[in-house]
Amino acid sequence: MTDDARLKADSLTLAYDRRVVAEKLDVRITDGSFTVIVGPNACGKSTLLRALARVLKPQAGAVYLDGNAIASYPSKHVAKQLGMLPQSPVVPGGVVVEELVARGRFAHQRLLRQWSPEDETAVAEAMRLTEVADLADRFVDELSGGQRQRVWLAMALAQQTPILLLDEPTTFLDLAHQFEVLDLCAELHEEGRTVVAVLHDLNHACRYATELIVMRAGEVLAQGAPAEVMTADLVEQVFSMPCRVIDDPETGTPMVVPADRHRRRGARMAAAGRASS
Amino acid sequence: MTQGTGAPLAQRTATPDRPARRSSVRSGRQWTGLAIGVALLLAAVALSVAIGSRTVGLATVWRVLWQEDGSPESVIVHQLRLPRTLLGIGVGAALGLAGTVMQALTRNPLAEPGLLGVNLGAATGVVVAVAFLGVSTATGYVWFAFAGAALTSAAVFALGGSGRAPTPERQVLAGVSLSAVLGALIWAVLVTRRGAFDRYRHWDVGSLSDRETATILQVMPFLLAGILLALALGRQLNALSMGDESATSLGAHPGRIRVLGILTVTLLCGGATAASGPIWFLGLAVPYIARVVTGSDHRWILAYSLVLGPTLLLGADVLGRVLVAPAELPVGVVTAFLGAPLFIALCRRRRLSVL
Amino acid sequence: MSGQGTRVVLRGGGLSIRVHLRALAVGAALLLAALAIALVNLSSGDFPVPVADVLRSLAGRGDAGTDFIVYQLRLPRVLVTVGVGAALGASGAIFQGLTRNPLGSPDFVGLTVGAATGALVVMLILGGGGIQVSAGAIIGCLITAAAIYLLAFRRGTQPFRLILMGIGVSALLEAANSYLIYRSHLDEALAAQVWLIGSVNGRGWTEVVIVGGTLAVLLPVALHYGRHLTMLSLGDEIAVLHGVPVERSRAVLALAAVGLSAGATAAAGPIAFVALAAPPLAARLTRSPQAGILPAAAMGAALLAAGDWAAQHTLPGNDIPVGVVTAALGGVYLTWLLFRERGNRG
Repeated sequence: MTDDARLKADSLTLAYDRRVVAEKLDVRITDGSFTVIVGPNACGKSTLLRALARVLKPQAGAVYLDGNAIASYPSKHVAKQLGMLPQSPVVPGGVVVEELVARGRFAHQRLLRQWSPEDETAVAEAMRLTEVADLADRFVDELSGGQRQRVWLAMALAQQTPILLLDEPTTFLDLAHQFEVLDLCAELHEEGRTVVAVLHDLNHACRYATELIVMRAGEVLAQGAPAEVMTADLVEQVFSMPCRVIDDPETGTPMVVPADRHRRRGARMAAAGRASS
Repeated sequence: MTQGTGAPLAQRTATPDRPARRSSVRSGRQWTGLAIGVALLLAAVALSVAIGSRTVGLATVWRVLWQEDGSPESVIVHQLRLPRTLLGIGVGAALGLAGTVMQALTRNPLAEPGLLGVNLGAATGVVVAVAFLGVSTATGYVWFAFAGAALTSAAVFALGGSGRAPTPERQVLAGVSLSAVLGALIWAVLVTRRGAFDRYRHWDVGSLSDRETATILQVMPFLLAGILLALALGRQLNALSMGDESATSLGAHPGRIRVLGILTVTLLCGGATAASGPIWFLGLAVPYIARVVTGSDHRWILAYSLVLGPTLLLGADVLGRVLVAPAELPVGVVTAFLGAPLFIALCRRRRLSVL
Repeated sequence: MSGQGTRVVLRGGGLSIRVHLRALAVGAALLLAALAIALVNLSSGDFPVPVADVLRSLAGRGDAGTDFIVYQLRLPRVLVTVGVGAALGASGAIFQGLTRNPLGSPDFVGLTVGAATGALVVMLILGGGGIQVSAGAIIGCLITAAAIYLLAFRRGTQPFRLILMGIGVSALLEAANSYLIYRSHLDEALAAQVWLIGSVNGRGWTEVVIVGGTLAVLLPVALHYGRHLTMLSLGDEIAVLHGVPVERSRAVLALAAVGLSAGATAAAGPIAFVALAAPPLAARLTRSPQAGILPAAAMGAALLAAGDWAAQHTLPGNDIPVGVVTAALGGVYLTWLLFRERGNRG
């Protein structure tokens, strides 16, 4: 396998205070892929993403960007290559949507280069893609959860980075908007970006990802194309959930169907029996 | 085919014997702990009466206690040590219980009468009464202390809000800012009144000595009322600790509990501050230690606070007499120097919530 | 158009500067107000001097008598007032931005108390006076800031941890201060307490140099890192993601704020509540979520100048310390904050 990964992690040990989340983690993000990280709660997927974005300092090991340790670059340089949409960011009071998205251009600005034409186009484009242009004058803390999520996404897009990391981008969104955001990510991916997302829905992940990273308890159990990786055995091993994996009737990608474990089947049959007698 | 649905339920019931045995063992431990606490309190009382610039032997104390024979030891014991000790017991119990109640009302482990500004509110009341209205007896200015304590309690509960859910840290900041304003205003006023300034600076430092016996006796009924009220609130505070909604679904009335709680805190802090001046951090340390020792049942926490409060305060007072002998450090200085590091240590251990 | 007012972009040769028109206007207006009040203060006092004469003196064409009054007695006082107000306003703006809390003020974080302890030690234990007291205040402030920082340092400083450490240290030092006041002779204690209230009475050119120097050095630093403050207000994670050197920015900003506070306290004693109230008031006027450092400084200058005027004219014949006026201002402000919050939550 050729080493065409701009972003990779080598022997990472990740911890919060004294609680170790992952040890000796090796991860390679294929360039130009739409990689989705999945796994049960507290498996370390968000932690891994944050380490890749250099927001979390590893206790051991290092994250590499373009061959060098990510910590060795000036932060602003990294910010022009790699952007992230974090989980539940702090909502500032009294800030309007346009202003917040504009702050996403910080990495490209300097003391005497505070607002170039590129900044203006980037912000407008980001707001158009996420469909928040008509919310431009509204205060961010007055928006609904879903609207706010799209505004934060716009801010990350305004950064215009070739690598985009997304931590659970579909939180707070209703079903239709979830797919809108995922479609947008697919579009961005097709334009040439490397997209890495943490998703909690396995079927969404299988539909959109070109590559899956499956984690459990701080370890990567499988990495590869969804069709190769997603098997019933793997799902049972990782999520302790018996299931079947069929082909999604819409897209042909793997689709996980959990087994019916309740005795509802028995009760339904009993009820059907009573109705017919 | 379908499996029987009856069997699993029967198997799921816990054996009735085990929980009951566990709780009676625990109850026994609580009582033992309380007994130890009382013993410590008696020891503290003994030390408080015995130790000072002129140490009086315990045997002499015992003799002189029942029989005033006009000897220097007798005078010391009856005129100085006993009132001081009595005040220490009253104020210690009051502040310890007040701290416990405040922490339960606000669900804030950092809450205490000093940090939340309630003591300084009471102090402002006293200053207003003494400096402006010429009130000179404790029975007179204690009502102003109550008013001040009540107003600051209400203010701090509101100020800690900031439009979002009040976190413990925000509430403490609100209390501290209130104290700062009140303190500044008090001093600004007193700087123009020499006599009042002199009296206030001796009082502001928080002390059990230099306090007139008359004051102590006048304040005691209020402290007693507050203490009884606090002890009675145990079960209500347990209900409140699980959140207002859970409390309501259990049949309690959070609003009513809070009103009673504020009334209790007002009586305790107002009375204590009126008698001894503002004393910081006792209301923080006492519930903390009590909870570590006894768990989360407020009936027990209050009982332990009742005993721990005076023990710690008298202990601090004795320390103040010993550290810089023959001079004395006022107890308020000792509690601040011991309590602030405790507060800092508690804060360092907490995982801070997002602002 | 953005609901927050017009931003004008000045471009030329690849460079661009974004100017918030309203903030600029408000800042300029406040500065003018401060100077106008200063002028009034220059002409009033025990010997009223007509404004025209004052202006003539300032221009260098006044007579010896007026010159003496203006240059030796009043101008230093007025300059100290404006300077201290600006320093406090700026310090407060930085602190409130760093802590993301309207109550995050140097007054409550222990800095002013530390400065007071330093000054009290000089006055009551070492028996010093004058500039020694100012030196004591600066040293006290810096030591306290260092202690708080060290205590709060735990895998990177979180803003709120800083406040809590400050509160703890503050309580300890307050007790020490009370004790020092308690055990001194009445006259010394009274004089010390008067200093503690904060005043610009009798301040001379030394104090002007102290506060002016502080402003000249620290204000540009603060302004440069002030851009980072807007990003920091979105949280550490977002700030890091966009390339803000979070630890370094926070450290520099905190040091600048501490330094500004120390300089102000050294010149005029611990004047309370200007650092607390000036930034939110400026933010209201400029209609932005957080006051810029310059508008807050201008507001601080205007507030303190107005406070000094009030201090000199409220009680005829009595020159009360300006700290009394600011304490009253603080009380009013906190009460207003209280009612506003109750409205929010109710």
